[in-house]
Amino acid sequence: MSDKGGETVPLLAARDLVKAHGRTEALRGASVELRDGELLAVTGASGSGKSTLLHCLAGIVRPDAGSVTYAGQRLDELPEKRLSELRRTEFGVVFQFGQLIPELTALDNVALPLLLAGAARTEAQGEAGEWLERFGVRGQGELRPGEMSGGQAQRVALARALVTAPRIVFADEPTGALDSLTTEQVMTALVRTVREAGTAVVLVTHDDQVAAYADREIRLTDGAVAAQGVAA
Amino acid sequence: MMAMSTRHILLGLLASGPSHGYDLKRRHDERFPQARPLAYGQVYTTLQRLVRDGLAEVEGTDSDGGPERTKYRWTEEGERELAEWAREIAPPAPFVTNEIFAKVVVSILSGGDADAYLRAQRAAHMERMRELTAVKTARGADLATVLSADYALNHLDADLRWMTTTGVRLTTLIAEVDAA
Repeated sequence: MSDKGGETVPLLAARDLVKAHGRTEALRGASVELRDGELLAVTGASGSGKSTLLHCLAGIVRPDAGSVTYAGQRLDELPEKRLSELRRTEFGVVFQFGQLIPELTALDNVALPLLLAGAARTEAQGEAGEWLERFGVRGQGELRPGEMSGGQAQRVALARALVTAPRIVFADEPTGALDSLTTEQVMTALVRTVREAGTAVVLVTHDDQVAAYADREIRLTDGAVAAQGVAA
Repeated sequence: MMAMSTRHILLGLLASGPSHGYDLKRRHDERFPQARPLAYGQVYTTLQRLVRDGLAEVEGTDSDGGPERTKYRWTEEGERELAEWAREIAPPAPFVTNEIFAKVVVSILSGGDADAYLRAQRAAHMERMRELTAVKTARGADLATVLSADYALNHLDADLRWMTTTGVRLTTLIAEVDAA
């Protein structure tokens, strides 16, 4: 957490976000703050604006109105080139279906962000192997996504999201397609890893048992924040 | 119908071999970490009743250099009774008289703010779920702790789902009243 003049400055702050998809307003004045190293759950009914909020916070879509400030920079005003560089280096993203590249092995999927950032192949693969180890899927390194179970694929996707040592991981229903025991294993691995690395997480979920892994919850209703639950 | 009782749990603990009261209490508290710890008095009275009913008997006494302690073992009748109890289906509870349900209904009837109550109750439930999640995912958590936390988490989660649906129904209800 950064400190300016004795006041705590959030790592990421969104103010009064408005975003419409066609004629449907997905966000209607949502505000949220994320502290460094914090795990924040975003919950709410289907269609409440959870995923749109995550996309705005991660700089994947630009809000129609309102601001998103990350480490002192206005994300909503950054040129696309700078924004995409920031997403690649500072943020990690995981979706419900990991969106791994089907033609690549688990190891190469995880190594890819490092290769794109200019790392040598052997270094990238060495680092990728260590991240697979942390998520308990090193043994699956040579498998392609189609040869893995859903839980294994999500762990590989999490390893890929964390391999560049991002400040924030954005996870949109990362366990949405998993059974309860696999969900527990994936969430436990995620929480342990981000705690050790000091990574902040924005976790969108409709599952309250998954939200309970986070430090804090914000609940969206009709595109606005209905309630903020703060952990003790 | 036989309800869940300390006597059946103690009989179950005696199934692994003769034991004295102190040891039974310790093993109970280990096996059922989320339950209220058994009081020694309760253990000894229950053991005496088991003996009275022919379900357990005194095996002997030992002292191990300390105070003399009575060891108990189960009888064949005790074994039969425990097997019967363990096989018996627990009645699916009606679950209609809990406090949350009652408060929401009373709130609606009396013109109170049921929505604000539901939000505050949700925050309290989530806080407890965070605590239980931390307990069950801590490194080295034993199986009894994990199972017991899972059980509590699933029940709290069921409450939350009911509260969420009820919150939506409240909005619909209020809209209907306003439109009328």
